[in-house]
Amino acid sequence: MVDVLERPTEHLGGDDHGHDAGHGHGEHHGPSGLLNWLTSTDHKIIGMNYTVTSVAMLIIGGLFALVIRGQLTTPGGTLVSLAQYNELFTMHGSVMIYLFAGPFAFGGLANYMVPIQIGAPDMAYPRLNALSYWLYLTGSLTMLTGFFVAGGAADFGWVGYAPLSNAVNTPGAGADLWIGALLLTGFSAIFTGVNLVATIFYLRAPGMTMFRMPIFTWNMLVTGILILLAFPVLTAGLVMLYADRHFGTMIYSPKGGGSPVLWQHIFWFWGHPEVYILALPFFGMITEIIPVFSRKPLFGYKGMVFATITIAALSVGVWAHHMFTTGVVLLPFFSFMTYLISIPSGIKFFNWIGSMWGGQIVYSTAMLMSIGFLITFLIGGITGIILASPPLDFFLHDTYFVVAHFHSVVMALVLGGMAGLYYWCPKITGRFFNERIGKLQFWLLFLGSNLFIMPLYLVGLHGMPRRMAVYVINPSWQNMNRLSSIGAAVIALSFVAFVVNVIVMLKSPKTAGPNPWDAHTLEWFTTSPPPHHNFYALPAIKSERPTWDYFHPDAPALGHEDHDPTHVPGHTTKVEVPA
Amino acid sequence: MDSPTTHLADDPVSPKTSGGAKRLGIVAAALASLLLAGCQVPSFGANKGVTTQSHKVYSLWQGFMVIGLIVGGFTLLLIIYAALAYRKRSDAIPRQTQYNTKVEIIYTVIPTIIVGFLFYFTIHIESPETAVVTHPYATVNVAAFQWGWRFAYPGTQVTVIGQTTANPELVIPVGKTVRINLTSDDVVHGFYVKQFNFSRYAQPGVLNQFDFNVTTPGEWQSQCTQLCGLYHSLMYFRVKAVMPSVYQQCLTSSNSGPKLQRGPNFVSCVNEAEPSSLTAASDRTSNLTFGKGTNG
Repeated sequence: MVDVLERPTEHLGGDDHGHDAGHGHGEHHGPSGLLNWLTSTDHKIIGMNYTVTSVAMLIIGGLFALVIRGQLTTPGGTLVSLAQYNELFTMHGSVMIYLFAGPFAFGGLANYMVPIQIGAPDMAYPRLNALSYWLYLTGSLTMLTGFFVAGGAADFGWVGYAPLSNAVNTPGAGADLWIGALLLTGFSAIFTGVNLVATIFYLRAPGMTMFRMPIFTWNMLVTGILILLAFPVLTAGLVMLYADRHFGTMIYSPKGGGSPVLWQHIFWFWGHPEVYILALPFFGMITEIIPVFSRKPLFGYKGMVFATITIAALSVGVWAHHMFTTGVVLLPFFSFMTYLISIPSGIKFFNWIGSMWGGQIVYSTAMLMSIGFLITFLIGGITGIILASPPLDFFLHDTYFVVAHFHSVVMALVLGGMAGLYYWCPKITGRFFNERIGKLQFWLLFLGSNLFIMPLYLVGLHGMPRRMAVYVINPSWQNMNRLSSIGAAVIALSFVAFVVNVIVMLKSPKTAGPNPWDAHTLEWFTTSPPPHHNFYALPAIKSERPTWDYFHPDAPALGHEDHDPTHVPGHTTKVEVPA
Repeated sequence: MDSPTTHLADDPVSPKTSGGAKRLGIVAAALASLLLAGCQVPSFGANKGVTTQSHKVYSLWQGFMVIGLIVGGFTLLLIIYAALAYRKRSDAIPRQTQYNTKVEIIYTVIPTIIVGFLFYFTIHIESPETAVVTHPYATVNVAAFQWGWRFAYPGTQVTVIGQTTANPELVIPVGKTVRINLTSDDVVHGFYVKQFNFSRYAQPGVLNQFDFNVTTPGEWQSQCTQLCGLYHSLMYFRVKAVMPSVYQQCLTSSNSGPKLQRGPNFVSCVNEAEPSSLTAASDRTSNLTFGKGTNG
């Protein structure tokens, strides 16, 4: 049994818990070392496996991007061949979307944090969770193996449009490995989705009602549901693609009565919810971080929950905005749905701003990364609204404007993911990242990202199509491409700083203690790192920030500004960000 | 800036601006400038283009950018203001405000109204742009293939074909409605002419039809925009807009010549007589003269 603590005096600090909590329930009697890592079903170890693997994928995908940006510094770039270039941008997109962004968020940090945030000892299906990770790792290696087979890796873009992806136009094993990798990682995602939904519905601690759940957990619940809606469709589509390639079916071939547009529908029916499957976890991360470092509760918590649910509901009805130029979709409907989905996304901005408003903002690296997320994501959001208008999409589709738009979004996610790592690192390791290196990394990443993206908007407006290995046709695009490449190099520097900081962090002492940020949610109540099965004791859960309530017993309950000025003079606590 | 001026886009919003009424005023002003979108509104990097349709898309772009910069600028200023104004000054716990119903309603309703207007203007431009007339003056059947284009003129024997660097030319009349019937022989391609502010997929098994009216003569370099395989980045074509009389003359004389043009150029329509010299990817300086019209 896990004890419920009412007052701070009972709290167990750090590792020296003198509490008679029943010897051994916090101890793990299993294999240790490598064998433990290989066989573990502990969500924390699996979460860390996911995090490390996916960050490695981020770096691999980033290296592909550097080669791409190198090729584009001259109109007739000769760094790689046309064929290699096609492979590189296909694998860059595939690695980033399939192997980094999703697995990092819902396999990594969510796997680690969601059970702890709701006071659970583990995920609902720990073995299924382990299977998810091993499927993901196998899938990742399968995809990258493509580079070593005859004909090279898949080269039809990360969207794999039929009939370019059929056996005639793309023979070779690279494409099959790509399909196989997506099937493996797809099942991995589905199992994680099952696990998240089951865990959140069934394993919440007593008192943890739905509307007391941390917002990150809420976002992961909605993400899990979206995974279950979207990924099986992609899996089915991939099986049909494989059948077209090898078993003579003509599902995507007009010659046999099939339709290439069907692939686009299936792909984007997965692909647009996928955008939110990727984004919601990162929204969740910064929604945890901003209030904690503003020393306030999340502004408009319930509104934000409803906004998240609305985004999920609408996200299954906007897929064809990727297909405006196919000429076969109902433009006003999909345009209208896309406009609708921008409303809850916009609301979130005001939740974030409202949480900072009137606060005492501590500029930790995690907070800076979150502010960087807000600004970069805002640009991606505004340009997304432009692209939601079919006439403007006809004008900009398949140009670098679209590339710039979604890189504004995904670079915001990278900033958000970094915020998450800096925020939760003390919990996971008991150690702090170095804040000086962290801030250097922030400025490099934030400025580098925008320097990389902004010229791409312009070059897109000037008519440069995406996926061009050479642009001898219009050498005037060179200067903006060079600026963008410089931005990419600055981003690369930020990752050098990150790797250095990881090493510095791992060599630093374990000084974090359970709750260094004076945070809100349950993971900050337990030790850092948490014990096996996560808790020696739990606080009483009476609001959506049980840990904060526990450490601030004198603070009045949350209330509306309208009737309850809750400021209590003289009530202070210190948050020290280590230098 | 207390009241919106005519130069909204240059100076989008003031940090002091707050409250529903003021924001509504700014939105209204933005919409007004959308309606008045003319020469005083900056181009924001886009181009007016050379068709009647592209002009409207350009105005829509300007309007969206004005509204986007106002909304985005306002939100950005709020973010930066909040981040700077409320930086940590003491260890006191700030007031724990969690809800403010009035503010929450305002920040839900106003974006809804804004996107309502955006959708209205979208439909206003989109419907005529995607509409096709019954009897276009000229019709061209455009087929894309790996990695080139075939332009066939129904009612004549004229067909122009060119692959990658051969750079085939699509000759069309100025001031008349031109219909394109677009398909693909193999994979999905993208028919995109920057000066038309327009693109459409060429897809196997799908016939896409659209009309445009070019307003000025000229010649524009274009290329496939949808990834179609190895030589995607070299799948070029040219659009050449000529006066209707020249167009008719080209068509008749080409028609009376060889029955089928198996080359990138019209036999009798090469006034400039300068076929493409884009022969290889490494040929970095092309002597192509694209953008000769209004958009050079």
